[in-house]
Amino acid sequence: MREMIISELNQALHDIARGFAHFLPRFIVMLILVFASWVIARVVKAVLRSILRVIKFDKLSENAGASQLLTKAALPSATELLSRFVFWVTWLGFILLGVRVLGILGMEEQIARFFLFLPRLFGALFILFFGLLAASFFSRAALLAAVNANVPSPRVLSLALRGIIIVFVLSIAFEELGLAEQTMLVAFGIAFGALMLGLAIAFGMGGRDLAKRFLEKKFVREKKEENEDELSPL
Amino acid sequence: MAEDSFLTDDFLRQLINVGEVDILVGLPTHNNAKTVGAIVNAIENGILRGFPRERAVIINADGGSRDGTPELVTGISIDDVRRVSNPYALRTLHSISTKSGNNSASGSALRTILAAAELLRAKACVVMSPKSVNIEPEWVSKFLRPIYNDGFDLVTPTYRRHRFEGLLITNLLYPMTRALYGLRIREPYSPEFGFSGRFGCQFLGQNAWNDGSDGASVELRLTLAAITGKCRICQSFLGEKEHIERSPADLVPALRQTAGTLFSALGPDFPVWSQVTGSLTAPTTGADHEVLLDPLRVNRKRLREMFSTGVAELESVFQSILSADTLAELQRIARVGEEEFHYPAELWVRTVYEFASSYQKSVISRDHIIQALAPLFRGRAFTFLMENRNASGEKVENNIEDLCLEFERLKPYLLQLWKSGE
Repeated sequence: MREMIISELNQALHDIARGFAHFLPRFIVMLILVFASWVIARVVKAVLRSILRVIKFDKLSENAGASQLLTKAALPSATELLSRFVFWVTWLGFILLGVRVLGILGMEEQIARFFLFLPRLFGALFILFFGLLAASFFSRAALLAAVNANVPSPRVLSLALRGIIIVFVLSIAFEELGLAEQTMLVAFGIAFGALMLGLAIAFGMGGRDLAKRFLEKKFVREKKEENEDELSPL
Repeated sequence: MAEDSFLTDDFLRQLINVGEVDILVGLPTHNNAKTVGAIVNAIENGILRGFPRERAVIINADGGSRDGTPELVTGISIDDVRRVSNPYALRTLHSISTKSGNNSASGSALRTILAAAELLRAKACVVMSPKSVNIEPEWVSKFLRPIYNDGFDLVTPTYRRHRFEGLLITNLLYPMTRALYGLRIREPYSPEFGFSGRFGCQFLGQNAWNDGSDGASVELRLTLAAITGKCRICQSFLGEKEHIERSPADLVPALRQTAGTLFSALGPDFPVWSQVTGSLTAPTTGADHEVLLDPLRVNRKRLREMFSTGVAELESVFQSILSADTLAELQRIARVGEEEFHYPAELWVRTVYEFASSYQKSVISRDHIIQALAPLFRGRAFTFLMENRNASGEKVENNIEDLCLEFERLKPYLLQLWKSGE
């Protein structure tokens, strides 16, 4: 009996030792991978930061209106934020590869899903950034055109356009991520419909005079003012 | 044949038939059937009277007219004109029409005219506007004589103008061009001008015709190229400037053509204009300028209102373009009543220079920068109208001169802004 216990214990210790002997090299490989990937991620971060500075990414972000949002949220600049994001994604990717080396059951599928999710995450970020850029550009273009055409309430027009574009961009970005697709679709439909209905009511009822003045200016003024004003800039 | 790729075979054939010429008159058109007949008559008269022994050609570069303009140009009989003006003229006067582009943009038309001048080895050339309703035959000689006889490279016109006509020229383009490039050219952006064949060839080779601008404001670029290329430039007084149509609502396109073109030239021309101090008078034949004082209907109230609305509504845009001090000052004057409203010259010059610097740095879309200048220009125009509503011609000129000197005085401020962005 005693011998059996000792034998089993020896066997168990032997198995543990063998398992440990199998695990240790993998663990060391993982540690090496983690360390090497940390170096790689740091290099990628430094290179990316330099590239973003050269192409004046902060300026683009400022134009897109993203910088203002970041400042309000007490976050670092867009260049710094993107560099850090890429650093963590790179490092995390390598860590997961390292974990995969350990051969832990059930992890492989999760890791594969993570890597499949990465392109969608980048796609969504890309859409979001350029969407914000487009929203800023078109809202400013609308504001300038409205001011120069003497259209009443130009800022409201500009903000409405900006709002519509941002909601639209957010819905596409969420769809790309595969998050709450139905919710976003419904939310977009409700928001867009509400905005259009609001504008229709505002012009039709609340802003009857405004709409009247607008239409008068649009269709009646031209002839009248040509007669009033003979200034030629050139 | 540097430009044979964009000229049609038919046009080239016609040019070959003409052979070498001494004088070339370019006429860019686009649906100008109402005026073009009288203009071609005046041009032919001018050539036969002024240059009876020279070989001459009229080149009509048409932007796709649908009202029969090209047929009118080529259909006018030279014999009728010859009988009236100079029966002893010795040379044949050719008249050729070709299609250049599909719009009214002057760039492609001028490119065609310049290429034709190069191919025909024209010594002196003149471009006439198809919209001038009061063109005189003498205008041809006034443009061509300084080039043909005195060796000038560019002849720009001066006009007898109403004191409130061309406010963009008098309040921005002329003073800024003069302060930066150091030459007093009253009409740096004019649809009528004369140039030597040598300078035409040079400009044809230098100018970026395929930069996506569709050759917009090429006349202004030509003037600036002549100044930076140290060409011989003079002015010629033509008389009253009268165009078939006034375009009061076209301020933004006018700003694009003038301020936009000038601002975009400042980058490549920096080595030239940064070295210039003061300004020199360009030689002028006839009067330097004349001012008409007839009454003119102007909606001053609307100008001021659009200024105030613009300053209030475009605050976020101006924050990207203007310095805090300039913006604060603009906001202050935007709040005062019509009687006290005054947009001083110094503030206007600072505004323009800060716009030019922001344009160079592309702080926002460059076209948005130009559009944002429109409401501010209206404020300046209002002040100019108020300052000169009862002024004599001399007083108006003095006020313009003061503004020019202000542009020259504050030029170091522009240089400072420019260098801070480098």
